[in-house]
Amino acid sequence: MKTFKSYADVPEAPLADVPSSEEKTSGWRSNRPVVDLKNCTKCYLCWKYCPDVAIAINGEGWPEVKYDYCKGCGICAEECARDCIVMEKEV
Amino acid sequence: MMMTKVVMTGNYAQSYAAKLARAQVVAAYPITPQTSIVEKIAEFVAKGQFDTQYIKVESEHSAMQACISEAALGSRTYTATSSQGLLLMHELLFWAAGQRAPVVMGVVNRAVAPPWTIWTDHTDSMAQRDTGWIQYYCESNQEVLDTVLQAYHVAESTDVLLPAMVMEDAFFLSHTVEAVDVPPQEKVDGFIPPKRSPWILELGKEKKLGSFMMPDVYMEFRYNVARGMMAARKRVLEADEEFERRFGRNHGGLLPEYKCDDADVVLMTIGTASCTAREVIDEMRREGKKVGLARMRVFRPFPQDEVQRLASHVRALGVLDRSWGFGFSGPLYTEVAGAAYQGRHKPLMKDYVTGIGGRDITPPVLRGIFTDLLGLKEGAQETDWVGLRRPEKEVLRNA
Repeated sequence: MKTFKSYADVPEAPLADVPSSEEKTSGWRSNRPVVDLKNCTKCYLCWKYCPDVAIAINGEGWPEVKYDYCKGCGICAEECARDCIVMEKEV
Repeated sequence: MMMTKVVMTGNYAQSYAAKLARAQVVAAYPITPQTSIVEKIAEFVAKGQFDTQYIKVESEHSAMQACISEAALGSRTYTATSSQGLLLMHELLFWAAGQRAPVVMGVVNRAVAPPWTIWTDHTDSMAQRDTGWIQYYCESNQEVLDTVLQAYHVAESTDVLLPAMVMEDAFFLSHTVEAVDVPPQEKVDGFIPPKRSPWILELGKEKKLGSFMMPDVYMEFRYNVARGMMAARKRVLEADEEFERRFGRNHGGLLPEYKCDDADVVLMTIGTASCTAREVIDEMRREGKKVGLARMRVFRPFPQDEVQRLASHVRALGVLDRSWGFGFSGPLYTEVAGAAYQGRHKPLMKDYVTGIGGRDITPPVLRGIFTDLLGLKEGAQETDWVGLRRPEKEVLRNA
């Protein structure tokens, strides 16, 4: 990480070289969504409602949680019409 | 020099200026009395006279965001608003300044609800004092057009990189026509050539704008905004001088004065009340009264040196506030008194609050203020709401 000795070293605009994809937020999570695809109909409600783009659709069209970014808010579990997602305590 | 005079409103002066500045993006959302600015721009675009990305947005909040995002890609941007619209933008005004986006915005000063009103006062823009925007106040339609051009000149200076708002009083300028000289396009192009911002986002380079900052560096970012605003003081003066060299007229820099050199008392005004005040000063000068006027053309950056210089040689300094800071004083008075306090000589001062919500500031009103100032004594009351309808008992006590 860069260190700044004076205001003169600070870039003019708050513009970071590191994109936000480099900022992993899995440590924020106390509950993790666990998906059971048995009853999944690929309706993608979970994908649509995830406020952090932390649900991806894999090559076969199944939803997949990106655990590096998921903060464990539980919205996907709440919205899933077939109750395929349960929130489990992180250990 | 080829001159074209067009009879136009202050609002159209904004539209013409945005077109002359070749703003690449215009974000448009209607609000009385601003609407005719963006309507005229829409007309320019429809007729093929103005090549710009005209974005119709769903709110003023979005209008400002559109400008900030486009500025981040290096575009020259323009938008305009009024009153409630400006208040809705408030959060994003900080974003524009903090992100060093040199957006230029027309603001038609309209009083704030409730009660609903559309007439002028300065509450809307005074409430934006600390957002980091350069703030110009105009007194004629010509000044509106010229100042929008000057605003780009200042805002895009690499040592400034801050947004600027150009104010005009609702209806007194926004909907009143005057002959305005529209400078030729090639001369405007010479005055404000397109500039490349030093930090814009570019395709193929991963960056993140508006990043999260920890306490070890946030303070330095804010200090850099302060430095940009300090640099703007010099740039405003330079832009006005450069404008005069190229176009043959200036607008008096930060704090234009009228008959102040030998004045006993001076009144400080903002906006269109200044024109009326000059008429009254001429009358009173013929009667041998030494009165003068200083017009706050630029409120941010604040003309601290100019105010102190003025305060050093007048007996009394009156401030006309067309808005009110609940709980203390008018915002202009606070600032002027603060600057004067740091000077060597402190004149007697008084805050005259008037013209609120579009109430006329007529020659008799101003004559009354000057007469009061001429007779001002140590220990006199510091504030008066001039023209306020009061209970009869109170009128007698004040008299």
